[in-house]
Amino acid sequence: MELSLAARTVAGHTVLEVGGEVDVYTAPRLRERLVELVDGGARKVVVDLGRVDFLDSTGLGVLVGALKRLRAADGTFGLVCSKEPLLKIFRITALDQVFPIYASIEAATSTGGDGAGPTE
Amino acid sequence: MATVRLSFSPAPVHVRTARLVGVAVARRAGVAEELLDEVRLAIGEACTRAVALHRQHGLTDLVTVEMSDADSYAVRVIDHAPIDASIGLAKLLPDELADESLPDEALTTGVGFALLAGFVDDLQVRPVDDGTGTEVRMAWPVNRR
Repeated sequence: MELSLAARTVAGHTVLEVGGEVDVYTAPRLRERLVELVDGGARKVVVDLGRVDFLDSTGLGVLVGALKRLRAADGTFGLVCSKEPLLKIFRITALDQVFPIYASIEAATSTGGDGAGPTE
Repeated sequence: MATVRLSFSPAPVHVRTARLVGVAVARRAGVAEELLDEVRLAIGEACTRAVALHRQHGLTDLVTVEMSDADSYAVRVIDHAPIDASIGLAKLLPDELADESLPDEALTTGVGFALLAGFVDDLQVRPVDDGTGTEVRMAWPVNRR
């Protein structure tokens, strides 16, 4: 399935809903969109992976890049993910200790933007 | 024993094709349904790594994926990049992953190897028998019908 990207605002957070396959071919488009959002002023960014059915190391690299970019801009970055196969990918790579990962958009956007308290 | 071999130009767009073929052959070989996501991810990671190495070295040689189903479902992903550039199974620690100074390329390589090592019990990375390059060999059990 092709990559789909849709951004909206929820409770003062910019939520980017990602769908389809995030891999070495499509990840550059995700990177561009995230850079665009941050350059456009977004500082509380949440990436919703609920409709992602494939995520590889290139996609993970893009997400880490966005986290670093937002940290540097005094922003926050969180992920929404409740699918076990994807959560396993985060655990195996130890990236579950790097990203705040939330079970729902509501949980991700109700933290006051401090990035703390993931409910994984 | 059946063998399927796929060779492709080192372009990111073809990695998806390799994943699709790899999973289709795995299913046909009798790999358990619950392992197919791991097969898909591992073949994708091995091919992504091969494509990246060819591009780093300006190589236009084809990347080869060979799948066979003798005693297990065995997949070999073969690149033709200089070996010193490609061996290294370092897993990055959480602190290193988010380190500002870590180049994107190193991050992706480290994460890719962590995924391969984490998802494939039977994994070997070794020099190719003839010429320059590396072979990533992965295997999964099959259920004989």
